Amino acid sequence: MGLTADDVARLGALARIQLSEQECAELAPELDVILESVRRVSEVAGPDVPTATHAIPVDNVFRDDVVTPGLTQAQALAGAPDSEDGRFRVPQILGES
Amino acid sequence: MSIITKSAAELGRMMAAGELTSEELTRASLEQIEKLNPTLNVFLAYDAEHALAQARAVDARRAAGEELGPLAGIPVGVKDNYCTTDFPTTCASRMLEGWVPPYDAAVVERLRAAGMVIVGKTNLDEFAMGSSTETSAFGPSRNPWDAERVPGGSGGGSAAAVASFMVPLAVGSDTGGSIRQPGAVTGTVGVKATYGGSSRYGLVAMASSLDQPGPCARTAEDAALLQEIISGYDPRDSASLNQPVPDLVGAVQAADLAGMKVGVVKEFAGDGYDQGVLDRFNEAVELLRQAGAEIVEVSCPHFTYALPAYYLIQPAELSSNLARFDGMRYGLREGDDGTRGAEEVMNLTREKGFGREGKRRIIIGTYALSAGYYDAYYGSAQKVRHLIQQDFEKAFEQVDVLISPTTPSTAFKVGERTADPMSMYLADLCTIPSNMAGNASGSFPSGLADGLPTGLQVMAPPMEDARVYRVGGVLERALEAKWGGPLWRKMEAL
Repeated sequence: MGLTADDVARLGALARIQLSEQECAELAPELDVILESVRRVSEVAGPDVPTATHAIPVDNVFRDDVVTPGLTQAQALAGAPDSEDGRFRVPQILGES
Repeated sequence: MSIITKSAAELGRMMAAGELTSEELTRASLEQIEKLNPTLNVFLAYDAEHALAQARAVDARRAAGEELGPLAGIPVGVKDNYCTTDFPTTCASRMLEGWVPPYDAAVVERLRAAGMVIVGKTNLDEFAMGSSTETSAFGPSRNPWDAERVPGGSGGGSAAAVASFMVPLAVGSDTGGSIRQPGAVTGTVGVKATYGGSSRYGLVAMASSLDQPGPCARTAEDAALLQEIISGYDPRDSASLNQPVPDLVGAVQAADLAGMKVGVVKEFAGDGYDQGVLDRFNEAVELLRQAGAEIVEVSCPHFTYALPAYYLIQPAELSSNLARFDGMRYGLREGDDGTRGAEEVMNLTREKGFGREGKRRIIIGTYALSAGYYDAYYGSAQKVRHLIQQDFEKAFEQVDVLISPTTPSTAFKVGERTADPMSMYLADLCTIPSNMAGNASGSFPSGLADGLPTGLQVMAPPMEDARVYRVGGVLERALEAKWGGPLWRKMEAL
């Protein structure tokens, strides 16, 4: 069973992308690639096969907890779409009554 | 042709000997960019004055008697997904149009420390998602062998910059073949270092468990010189390997392949491969045999599952990584008119900032990671990843390196594959297994099919990058002896 335009709209909402109706309709059939990929992968991915999460296993690397130079406030804010009083200025986050 | 057709190694020697200045070389490089960039759309940004200032600074250091490295004063192009403080870093996306990062990527730091002249930033598929540069928000790059055709991708800009003599060297990044496949279709050398061999710090992340930097060059020696410079441990990259950088330049000089066992991957041939690609590959194999290699056929049965597994893992990881582009701290913000809340602004920003392919992959990744599907999708793909790693391990018990064609076909025409994503993905069929296993892997020119370049891929175990270069160097010399010079002499556009 393929994915519908409604499925795509729901995924778009999860991914925070305001897809248009037309985009949802166009993307839906293209997403069948994922179902075909899953079908192929499940041919060999049996329950006894271990998973590999990394290309090359690397153990946890620890460092001393010391302060190192980071970005200055001005550098951090230099690319901000909007800022005020040395902080990022963002649209309203919580709903207001 | 002027000085720009010389190798970086040769140009470096000339500068060391006082026969050439970096300023002269950089001027020649800029002239070529001015001449060809309007047609090839390779550099998204370049800055002549800034490049010349860097060149003059190196010349001054040399004149003062300072001991400089082999690539000091050499112009280099940087793929536009590496952070640079002196050029915008757009990832070829509207999302980051005009953004100038507050810090340099580790690779860029190393280029500067080596005295290389950063000329500009090269085009790519948007956020490196593609195999042709056609998903770039700023238009596709063109292949210098035939401007009707793509230069591969995602790093088509870096490969085309090198192939068209704009710069002798460029830096790429490879998640599923983005250095090697463009190398193959532009007749250049492209190597993906061992995963963890070169730092990803400041490389805008696509699929973190697969992304790896590497060099783009016209010769194996040049690629080796650049890879040595951009490699080495960096504590800012959690996957960085704390191991010595292998002697790659030495490996290129190897006289022959005596005592080396070379495995031909059985699964990477047959249906779907251009006959010309296979013919050039088989001729190259014969040259490797004549150079002393023992050639054996090796079966890697799970390699054919690499592509479907990749198209679960890669969108899943990129959908997570691209979540950072939310219009709040940097980059595009859309629809913030005082009436909308943050979430609505995010939705509008991401709708406007990402192109079609980006949205498609984010949606696929979101689906693959959504509750109830994670184990069946991402989890199953990671099992395939284990099987691929096992195939490599078994193969490397029998042979020193594996070889295959780099990509099943030559450069395709602009627009030819954009309507069918699966046909586009097939370009990465042979390159993806090395990303899944993290091993070292490089593409070297193997000749022409119908006038278009073909590539041979060499795959070696992790941290055995030197084996890739040994085979590449020997192959290059054998082919150049046969052709009577480098492959680019056959380029009609010259």
